[in-house]
Amino acid sequence: MLRLEARPEPSRAMSIASPLIALAITVVIGTLLFILLGKDPLRGLAVFFVEPVKSVYALTELAMKATPLTLIALGLAVCFRSNVWNIGAEGQFIVGAIAASGVAMMATPSSGAWFFVPVLAAGVLGGMLWAAIVAFLRDRFNANEILVSLMLVYVAVQLLNYFVYGPWKDPAGYNFPQTITFLKSTQVPRLFAGSRVNVGSIVALVAVAAFWVLLFRTYAGFQLQVGGLAPAAARYAGFSSRSALWTALLLSGGMAGLAGGLEVAGPLGQLTPHVPAGYGFAAIIVAFVGRLHPLGIVFSAVLMSMFYIGGELAQSRLGLPKSLTGVFQGLLLFTLLACDTLIAYRIRWKSARGGAPAAPAAMARLDDAPLNPVVATSTLPAREGA
Amino acid sequence: MDQVALLIAATLNSGTVLAFAALGLLINERAGIVNLGAEGMMLVAAVAGFAIAVHTGNEWLAFGAGAIAGAVLAAAFGVLVIWLNTNQYATGLALSLFGTGFSAFAGIRYTQEKLGERTDFQIPVLADLPFVGPALFRQHPMVYIAIALTIAIAWFLYRSRAGLVLRAVGESPESAHALGYPVRRIRLLAVIFGGALCGVAGAYISVVYTHLWVEGMIAGKGWIALALTTFATWRPARVLLGAYLFGGVTMLQFQLQGEGVQISSQFLTMLPYLATILVLVLISRNASFIRVNMPASIGKPFFPG
Repeated sequence: MLRLEARPEPSRAMSIASPLIALAITVVIGTLLFILLGKDPLRGLAVFFVEPVKSVYALTELAMKATPLTLIALGLAVCFRSNVWNIGAEGQFIVGAIAASGVAMMATPSSGAWFFVPVLAAGVLGGMLWAAIVAFLRDRFNANEILVSLMLVYVAVQLLNYFVYGPWKDPAGYNFPQTITFLKSTQVPRLFAGSRVNVGSIVALVAVAAFWVLLFRTYAGFQLQVGGLAPAAARYAGFSSRSALWTALLLSGGMAGLAGGLEVAGPLGQLTPHVPAGYGFAAIIVAFVGRLHPLGIVFSAVLMSMFYIGGELAQSRLGLPKSLTGVFQGLLLFTLLACDTLIAYRIRWKSARGGAPAAPAAMARLDDAPLNPVVATSTLPAREGA
Repeated sequence: MDQVALLIAATLNSGTVLAFAALGLLINERAGIVNLGAEGMMLVAAVAGFAIAVHTGNEWLAFGAGAIAGAVLAAAFGVLVIWLNTNQYATGLALSLFGTGFSAFAGIRYTQEKLGERTDFQIPVLADLPFVGPALFRQHPMVYIAIALTIAIAWFLYRSRAGLVLRAVGESPESAHALGYPVRRIRLLAVIFGGALCGVAGAYISVVYTHLWVEGMIAGKGWIALALTTFATWRPARVLLGAYLFGGVTMLQFQLQGEGVQISSQFLTMLPYLATILVLVLISRNASFIRVNMPASIGKPFFPG
């Protein structure tokens, strides 16, 4: 019979191979799904994996979708590494977009081309504010951050609706729930003429480098990760779990808010009820598939935006619903988590009797941090010392 | 007076959804497993139940389909978490994300469908009483079943041997394992039971509550149900009361809107979510109180090697 046997040491090769195996399994399931739906599976796969990288224009569109995903996932990687479960990035993204729009509407025709800077700054602050609520309630009242951050997504959606259906509605907009189209000066400069990709993508790449330095080359980053992997060791070392909580949430909130600001000051150019595109949730998958590593996140963000563009193409070319994207994204995370088991364990054939007793490493895993990159579990509602 | 009676009736009706989901989650949390996939399971079950209701016209088959959908998804989650030792939070989250996508995908052809008129239920004699009749005795049978289920679960947990074993598994899986109980199998059963009840709740929403399917229609009720188990400190009776309380808050928003209160509807729609946050803050404030009541091994993996 098949048995899982603990590896003496976590396999580094597996931690890189696992996302690839997961992707392969997702593709196989996708192929079966296409056959089941009576579509040519080759065409189906081409729509997801060839079309989005076929031309220069397609590549710039890919970069445009990968930008917010990268930005948000970087922040979330810090959170998950510090064992702070912020799953409300979508809400922080929305509030960032609202705050950025508020500033963008203050622009006058005489504003300089620099006006996009305060617009983006407002986005960052908006996202931070929304995440700060989570941090405050967790810090002061011990309220579970998973549920609070998620509830705040629904609150943020209503807040957005309030503004676009109410005070900010464009008076000349035929009663559509949207703001005025923002002035040119509020718009983030584009990189090339003829494509929508803008400076935001450069910002995202700079952020990747900055987060790499933060996580792997600074003392603060080290403290954060120790807190996530071994809370007891962090406490013993005198690292404050409170400051880790605030740092992780403010950072990730700010990144999500920046992404929200870039959306309204970039491709959208106005605030509409369609601002929430699910990037905040997709970024959770991006972070895990990218191994919570800044470089890995770039690759997985590109992959995830292929899913987005593929979903749109599947709708227009194959007549399949766009929500296929969500199905594949969810499947990918599910299979990834299953494959991650292979990082710490290997599969062995064993006869029913006579197997060696469990290796000590397996016992150690119960108390110590799990060896896979998805950081340790903590008890749900209470964290000591918080 | 009639107004109040109707409000009470509506509160019981909307609380029933949360009661089913939260009672299911209560059972799997008592066994030590947190399933953050509630929202996803409820969405898929809402589609499954609605589809069956459209094709067969039978509500009870629809609830059954919802329960099966929820149970199947929960079983997948359970195998990953219990046998492959994956992180419970991440896996539950994956289930919610998958369920959101899959339900939107599978439900697209049902977005235009409508169910036939619902038959009115009433309990003979009692339903004709003034005030209490319309308030309490003209409900869908599931409302009463939720109450019966609460009693049954309370009896199971505190009065039956199997319930004792379940609680032991949640408090100290190592001890239960040492005594020879199949900890992992018990946990899987608890997770499947939780998924089935979430499924019933999801199907109830689409089939009885709204009569239609809309993408993302669960609108956070799965997450609110998760918060409810904490709020209720993992006690069945308190889960039921909490569910009615939240049902009341949801109904209050429509009531206020109907009375023409000068608040934007968006702020009223926020109420259930803000109430959830408020309640979490109030109950979690005292960390040791929570820790005393919480199943000791909740969220922690058990892997006997």
